[in-house]
Amino acid sequence: MKYETVIGLEIHAELNTNAKLFTWTENRFGGEPNTRIDPITLGMPGVLPVLNKKAVDYTILAGLAMECAIQPYSKFDRKHYFYPDLPKGYQISQYDLPIAKNGMVEYELNGETRSCRIRRIHLEEDAGKLIHAEGGANVSWVDYNRSCVPLIEIVGEPDLRSSDEAVAYWRAVKEILEYAEVSDCNMEEGSFRCDANISLRPVGSKTLGSRAELKNMNSFKFVQTALEYEIRRQTRILDGGGTVDQETRLFDPAKGTTRAMRSKEEASDYRYFPEPDLVPLVIDDSWVEDARGLLPELPRARRKRLEDEYGVNAQTAKALTAEKAFADYYEKTAKTCGDPTGAANWVQGDLIGMLRAENRSIHDSPVKPEQLGALIKMINDGSISGRMAKEALDEMMKTGKPAQQVVQERGFIQVSDESAIDEWARQVIEENPDAAEKIRAGNDRAIGFLVGQMMKLSRGKANPKLANAALRKALED
Amino acid sequence: MASISLEDVEYAAELARLDLQPAEKEALVDQLGRILQYIGKLNELDTEGVEPTSHVLTIQNVFRKDRADEPMDRDDALRLAPDASGAFFQAPKVIE
Repeated sequence: MKYETVIGLEIHAELNTNAKLFTWTENRFGGEPNTRIDPITLGMPGVLPVLNKKAVDYTILAGLAMECAIQPYSKFDRKHYFYPDLPKGYQISQYDLPIAKNGMVEYELNGETRSCRIRRIHLEEDAGKLIHAEGGANVSWVDYNRSCVPLIEIVGEPDLRSSDEAVAYWRAVKEILEYAEVSDCNMEEGSFRCDANISLRPVGSKTLGSRAELKNMNSFKFVQTALEYEIRRQTRILDGGGTVDQETRLFDPAKGTTRAMRSKEEASDYRYFPEPDLVPLVIDDSWVEDARGLLPELPRARRKRLEDEYGVNAQTAKALTAEKAFADYYEKTAKTCGDPTGAANWVQGDLIGMLRAENRSIHDSPVKPEQLGALIKMINDGSISGRMAKEALDEMMKTGKPAQQVVQERGFIQVSDESAIDEWARQVIEENPDAAEKIRAGNDRAIGFLVGQMMKLSRGKANPKLANAALRKALED
Repeated sequence: MASISLEDVEYAAELARLDLQPAEKEALVDQLGRILQYIGKLNELDTEGVEPTSHVLTIQNVFRKDRADEPMDRDDALRLAPDASGAFFQAPKVIE
């Protein structure tokens, strides 16, 4: 039988606030085990959690960026389960009254715009991290640095129909959160991860089949592989006349398969009740409007603007906007050099290549966009050749020196030997009599063309100032 | 009226990780049943159109500033724990 795949994602993103969700300890990844702790993080008896306002601001921003309705009244609830990574025996989360509801995320797949509805976005605390002792020792070690870190859960409707759609949607959510600057979405560090609900149903059927929930995946590749494995597994079961168990499954990255979690690992009865230690959260219109004012241009809008404003094609616009920092870098470079196409080529090509080779991100590029822009300008005004520019960029990357300095130090330009320059000037005037005539007739702008020709002739080495002077002198003669 | 079965008590005990003796379970069937019955009186009230109460206080929007401050000393924290090892809290292994 032909089946339709139905997938819904629950995406978790840690918010990049300075402090944790309900306490004062710094919210930062890593650090020595158990050095970012305090009595609230550890859930000691008698402590009182107090909500970090910034985390609410960020949740509102995320909600608005995903076109959600921000709820005027919400509250926090206790979700109970026993696991050593959860010191209190419950997680403070939001059950029936989340901060944001009913949104939508548009994403692109194969050049087509598609969308996935968002059911809700709620705010909760993250748990600690467990390390299980290997071998004989029958113990687990707990690091509570991550405990009480603010986390939003974005619950999508089951609108996704393939693993490709799931991954494209997940990417779009990541881009949006990065643009809104509410989460670093660092997948290696676990600050951006997702659970996937997946079921199959006969094509044409309107009722949902029983689903498997795939837990805790933190890479696009894992999600793709896990979902594809599940589609095959469930197809086999249904084709054989069986039924899919509604269960939680774990993805095994080494094998590329999923396995059922033992019921012991799965707690399904969370006994939610309102968190008595936290008062209700009332978000009025002015708060929402303030947040809306802080919302930056989102990836899809920016893509469109780059196409309109800089004349880059759709594919380039998409590549340039995949990361906000990358798009910012591009725009600064383009503005500095006044050549959007050249900037796009350099940013996407040599710059990113060199950064990758040095294992650096665009954030800590030793070459600032203004410097790359200056370099491109030198190519465009004929001061240096493209080949020299590549060498110069390489050097700038290694030393962090500005473009002008590198170009001078390496002697890429500035042949200042007057007799050589005079000779080039004579030759250029001889070869371009029309331009020479125009300048003599008072059209001073044509001098730029002749300077360019001199650069070409000297392979970019003629000192442009001297070249200019030499041309004028030669023209007067 | 509301009552509670032995299975309910055993299920709740399992969720709460309570190891109850048979006599304790019997006693709880009776006690919890009576508590539910007592609370069940509230069901006699007409609550049509009344919003559920989640907090009895009238205050709302109590916040802390997003400012990081000194953490707790790790050794102090680990000393209070039932079990610790090196820089970690230690718990019975939770997976096989």
